[in-house]
Amino acid sequence: MNNPKNLFYTKSHEWLKKNEDGTAYVGLTDFAQAELGDLVFVNLPVEGDPVTADEAFADVESVKAVSDVNSPVTATVVAVNDEVADEPAKINESPYDAWLIQVADIEDTAELLSAEEYEAFVENQ
Amino acid sequence: MKLIFERGFEGQALCLMPACDVPECTVEGFEREQELHLPHLSENELSRHYSEIAKRVHGVNDGFYPLGSCTMKYNPKINEEAAALPGFTGIHPLQGDKNTQGCLEVLDTIEKSLAEISGMDSVTLQPAAGAHGEFTGLMLIKSYLNSIGATERKKIIVPDSAHGTNPASAVMCGFEIVNIPSAPDGCVDLEALKGAVGEDTAGLMLTNPNTVGVFDKNILEITKIVHDAGGLCYYDGANLNAVMGVVRPGDMGFDCIHFNLHKTFSTPHGGGGPGSGPVGCKAFLAPFLPGIRVGRKPCGCYKSEKAEQSFGEVKAFGGNFLVVVKALTYILTLGKEGIPEAAKNAVLNANYMQACLKEDFDLAYDVICMHEFVLTLDRLHKETGISALDLAKGLLDNGIHPPTMYFPLIVHEALMIEPTETEPKEMMDEAIAVFKELKRLAYEEPQVLHDAPVKTPVRRLDDVRAARTPVLRYSFE
Amino acid sequence: MGSYVPSGISERQEMLKKIGVSSVEELYAAVPSEMLVGSLDLPEGKSELEVSALMQEISEKNKVFKTVLRGAGAYKHYIPAVVKSVTSKEQLVTAYTPYQAEISQGILQSIFEYQTMICELTGMDVSNASVYDGATAMAESVAMCKERKKTKAYISATVNPQYLAVVKTYCSASGTDLTVIPEKDGKTDMEALKAAMGADAACFLSQQPNFYGVMEDCTALAEITHAAGAKYVLCANPISLALCKTPREYGADVAVGEGQPLGMPLSFGGPYLGFMATTTAMQRKLPGRIIGETVDVEGKRGYVLTLQAREQHIRREKASSNICSNQALCALTASVYMAAMGKDGMKQAAKLCTSKAHYLAEQLTAIAGVEMVFDAPYFHEFVTTLPKQNEVLSALENAGILGGLPTEKGVLWCVTEVVTKAELDKAVAIVKEVLA
Repeated sequence: MNNPKNLFYTKSHEWLKKNEDGTAYVGLTDFAQAELGDLVFVNLPVEGDPVTADEAFADVESVKAVSDVNSPVTATVVAVNDEVADEPAKINESPYDAWLIQVADIEDTAELLSAEEYEAFVENQ
Repeated sequence: MKLIFERGFEGQALCLMPACDVPECTVEGFEREQELHLPHLSENELSRHYSEIAKRVHGVNDGFYPLGSCTMKYNPKINEEAAALPGFTGIHPLQGDKNTQGCLEVLDTIEKSLAEISGMDSVTLQPAAGAHGEFTGLMLIKSYLNSIGATERKKIIVPDSAHGTNPASAVMCGFEIVNIPSAPDGCVDLEALKGAVGEDTAGLMLTNPNTVGVFDKNILEITKIVHDAGGLCYYDGANLNAVMGVVRPGDMGFDCIHFNLHKTFSTPHGGGGPGSGPVGCKAFLAPFLPGIRVGRKPCGCYKSEKAEQSFGEVKAFGGNFLVVVKALTYILTLGKEGIPEAAKNAVLNANYMQACLKEDFDLAYDVICMHEFVLTLDRLHKETGISALDLAKGLLDNGIHPPTMYFPLIVHEALMIEPTETEPKEMMDEAIAVFKELKRLAYEEPQVLHDAPVKTPVRRLDDVRAARTPVLRYSFE
Repeated sequence: MGSYVPSGISERQEMLKKIGVSSVEELYAAVPSEMLVGSLDLPEGKSELEVSALMQEISEKNKVFKTVLRGAGAYKHYIPAVVKSVTSKEQLVTAYTPYQAEISQGILQSIFEYQTMICELTGMDVSNASVYDGATAMAESVAMCKERKKTKAYISATVNPQYLAVVKTYCSASGTDLTVIPEKDGKTDMEALKAAMGADAACFLSQQPNFYGVMEDCTALAEITHAAGAKYVLCANPISLALCKTPREYGADVAVGEGQPLGMPLSFGGPYLGFMATTTAMQRKLPGRIIGETVDVEGKRGYVLTLQAREQHIRREKASSNICSNQALCALTASVYMAAMGKDGMKQAAKLCTSKAHYLAEQLTAIAGVEMVFDAPYFHEFVTTLPKQNEVLSALENAGILGGLPTEKGVLWCVTEVVTKAELDKAVAIVKEVLA
């Protein structure tokens, strides 16, 4: 597993990348995309929507499964990745580039894991 | 094969409509401007197109169809003949009781029969399908709870082995779902159920025999736990074929039930419908029923009425009437002895196939089953790489419709097999031999199964492409 | 008695032996014995001959009218012979939902063709594989339009009362706030609609022609609805669409309707067919089965159930609809009907309907005391006043004519292409006679 060290992870298989300007990107982990299989659709929120730590803000579909994507933080959506919405396969191809939303005004944070901790968590699943 | 739009030529048409014998007019100011593309064929081409379509379909009439939980039994021809009678097909739904005495007699007779078979007091024929029946039954529960002021009861308990429609229907009715895990034997985990019920419990939705094909021996205790907590018990009739005439949901403690006439009562599935999902209930729920309630006038004539506190309608008119006619024909044919006879042979057939197949495959639950049983191909998959899907595709090359795959969700690599009572032993023996041969292939020539099917009109299709770039209609451009 | 069980005593014995039990009753050991049914209180089974005679006898207790001048949601149209022939093919009748695509290409392709024809008829982009009937199609459309901040539904009082009842049931079930916009002069009261809808409006539902047969200004209804940021759902009569403006032309976001006129007999109300079509933008909100085109491993064109992640078997309690089947055989019926009729046949039928309806209206209103209730354009249904209503209707009935349907507003008449001028003249003569 190749989970970048500079990201934070959740037990529900999302990653969080904190930017210097206080915003953050949220995406799905490599493990999550592999479990779901070929993704065919991503249902994203719109700019300005609030997201809540540990609550679903989006869902992703493969042919035979659908999965909620939980937010690692309580914050406000400032950008959504339309490229991923147009081509969900990008999440399968490079999950750590294919961010789903960018958030700002982070108020609260869910339990976050480091890359090592996340890998250990996944091993034990 | 060509699409119907790719045949014929512009301007070709059947001669169906006569010349207009009154002054012609249109609806002025509302004329359609958008172009209209419809097929343009001769009758011969049209007829052949659909003959070719029909060759690319596997129906119950074409071979073994052990699709678990769908009860693909033989569809008797007399049912079709009855439903095609002009005295049924030519009846307008709003032509009044006096002119529809026959239709009302059909509704009344089947209502009484279904009530007797299920141990309920009243039945509505309005719901059009099983899921629609679930919605109706849950609305009965909701209406009743509201009528006694129990509006805080908002939770419906559903086992994790349940069909997806159960939770979806409950949510459509404004309930919240409490999923409870099944016990290791696939039955309801009594402790989990006891932990789940409470003052917010509206009810429990259950099939029995359950979705793994096992009769839950604790059924009386289960319904008692729910009732003691103030909730109601809903019987999903998907698996009624195993027990009709043998044991009744009403006697198990259930308060309402939906039937699937297209499963248990032999009406054809039509490629996905029309079905019919009547709902039966105990007397205390009857005042809330939707649809036509058939009563009698002093003269003995039938009259259509509405239930006094009916929660409303779930469909226009009285239901999928012609499907109801087919089911009634079946019930009249089988009668009091034929109904349990059918159930017992469905169970016998399933146990026979189970006994034969367990020599080569792993059973999800190694117990006496009811009308269906579940294989788990987990071990086969790990040892050979052949999944339940691959095995199913191998069956296609042998003219057998595969069992239900990957259901229930609690069994890995599940294949759910329901032979039904209308299959002869000979057919089952042939199918068993095919299963065994496919297992041999899995170990010795797995590529054959990875490649299967090869004898079908098309081979494995690209589902991902279909969903990523949906093409949902033919384009005339 | 027959139970369609093909095994004899010796086969059953062999099977029991293989299972390792001595009787079938042993297989029911898990059933508490006190629960076992002794004997059902039902008649004994019957031979096929007896059942056939009995069903025939029951069916004859109904009255089949030679002339039907009643619609109100169920319409008697001509059904081409080829329709019945195709839809009684055993493969198509006895198959189930096309889960195994490779051996279900016929069903899948026929539904793909149906979806295309419904899109053509309604002018929309995407159709589902059908739902139970027109009423449930309307009811299902509400859930399609709801969004987080747009939750309220509005419906015109001019829709078929049965449809209104079903929409009310579905809305009350899910706790959706539903407002009925009143009728004014046989049409939706536009001022009331404008005043009612706020920022939380999810959708407005109306019908064209409406329950009274009246053609409404649906373009204006669409504009008012869109101005409130809501979706416009239009329930349309499919036969009228060959001639009249499509839901798309009015600006509808969702087109629904009762497909029964497309080749299905009256059948005391069912089975019928609910069609649902929408725009590409809303395609993932459509409930029910949807068939899509794809290719197989060899690149050959084929069809599959697609966009399944919307559905209950995957989404379970998060699905917006519980529907897990369609009215496939009815959808097939509609396809064969439309294919047989073709564009010109459909237009001819529609024109015959409207021409004959206008003829009947003229003839009836020439009789003293019979007047049009609404001064508005109509397709094939219209409402008149009718003195001595019960007397007139029973006189018609005695002559084998099912007259118009009594409603709050007057008598709702309907004429389709199957009724001849001679039959209409006969009906008019009877009305005249009773009122003379």
